[in-house]
Amino acid sequence: MSQLQQQLAAGRFVITGEIGPPKGTNIDPVLHEAETYLKGRVAAVNVTDNQTAVMRVGSLAVCRLLRERGIEPVFQMVCRDRNRIALQSDALSAAVLGIENLLALTGDHVVMGDHREAKPVHDLDSVDLLKALSRLEGGSDMGLDAKGNPNQLDGAPKFFKGCCTTPCGPNPEAQVIKLEKKVQAGAQFVQTQAVYDPATFETFMKRIRHLNVPVLVGIVALKSAAMAKYMNRSVPGVQVPEPIIQQLTAAPKEDRKKVSAEIAGRLVREMRPMCQGAHLMTLGWDDIVPDIIAQSGA
Amino acid sequence: MNATERKPNPEILESLADARKVFVVGCKGCPVGCDTGGEPWLREMADLLAGAGREVAGTALVDMLCNKAGVGSRLGRLLEALRAADTILVGSCGVGVQSVGNMVGRRAVPAMNTLCMGDYQGLWPSAERCGECGECLLAHTGGLCPITLCAKSLVNGQCGGTGDDGSCEVSPDRPCGWRLIYERLAALGRLDDMRRFQSPRDFRKFEITDARRRTIRWALEVAEEEEAAAEPKNAQKPA
Repeated sequence: MSQLQQQLAAGRFVITGEIGPPKGTNIDPVLHEAETYLKGRVAAVNVTDNQTAVMRVGSLAVCRLLRERGIEPVFQMVCRDRNRIALQSDALSAAVLGIENLLALTGDHVVMGDHREAKPVHDLDSVDLLKALSRLEGGSDMGLDAKGNPNQLDGAPKFFKGCCTTPCGPNPEAQVIKLEKKVQAGAQFVQTQAVYDPATFETFMKRIRHLNVPVLVGIVALKSAAMAKYMNRSVPGVQVPEPIIQQLTAAPKEDRKKVSAEIAGRLVREMRPMCQGAHLMTLGWDDIVPDIIAQSGA
Repeated sequence: MNATERKPNPEILESLADARKVFVVGCKGCPVGCDTGGEPWLREMADLLAGAGREVAGTALVDMLCNKAGVGSRLGRLLEALRAADTILVGSCGVGVQSVGNMVGRRAVPAMNTLCMGDYQGLWPSAERCGECGECLLAHTGGLCPITLCAKSLVNGQCGGTGDDGSCEVSPDRPCGWRLIYERLAALGRLDDMRRFQSPRDFRKFEITDARRRTIRWALEVAEEEEAAAEPKNAQKPA
């Protein structure tokens, strides 16, 4: 059982982090940051999978490198770049590399990234992927043999399967319906899109209480007022309230990291009673993670 | 030419589980050429529905369900009977199912799967598009096609990319297909359809053999020639 699963099962408020692999082979800086600022401080570290459809080093390889350094990874898997054969194969690869935490995501469309001409795969969606992972755990894959029976595996993996949801999006009811399907398909924990409005989050949490699944509230560190405004304009399902934008505007440039950590820490503190953990997405500002945790009361 | 295959009768009845009064509309174009539709099919469906305890509000065969002007005038004459039904069972490609549902304003349920003929959309000039996926889902999506309306062709609901204005992440001028489906299902009181698990697509259905394409083309041409030969001479326009 992964540490993340154990800590959630034990009822501890869990904090996770996230790193993005580099575009190119210069892997040392991101590993150094993870060892310096995340190791020992967070329960697990998500490794993004060609995030926003920008081609990078693969999530699986970096997950393994983290594990070798004593950091528990969460292998993010998007359905945009691989068909069902490759997704199932990578899940088995994760298992043999000792990676248990998997996060099933649809994935941003290719036109959001830096290879806009590419074919978007989406052979499976996030619900199908969760079902496929559950099936692998049961010892068979998605395929059928000549007699119509599921193909049997020689050795079944064991995962801790996660999914994502958007609590502050334009249509919470549709989000809840899809989350219900994800949980039925096998999701054991939930990470959310960035939340800046605890009241909206609380309402959402009440709507999904019947699912009885641990939820890690997503916190994206705000680096500047311009970034906050950009998110309001362009990132679906994310709303940064005006007072936070004002706080960022008022901050002197040299204090930005401090203010960013203050805001993130305060949000975690306010939402702690509503959920089971927080997922910190610091977008390269890994050095503020200790400060966020210190202010979160976790 | 759009190739179709019949859905199995149990699947048709399942998608009509809560329908009481059903009107059956068949396309007299491609399904006749494929030997999936036409008069015999219409009678078969009426018998199937009657046998399953559904009231048949009426039946109609329409020349080409992808011909908007033709469909409008033909269905216009039947509008009262069509609207007296709660559901319309449509035997055509996905374009025809969507066109009938949207023009009549009733839930339209597909009786056929549309096989891939290379993105041919018939004569239809409007926004309804068929993805020719071979596993028509329109019965469960409020009559709106998720294969063509969703940029990722998702079949189990929206992703996280729906903008606050309801647009798709790929372009501000493109509505999120699943938002449209959600709104339609909410209006129909059928949100439970979104809770249904849809299996991953069977991509074998996306490519049909050329032998089959040729058979269908041949069938349609022969059907047209036979029909033309059967017409009395005096039906021809005077020179």
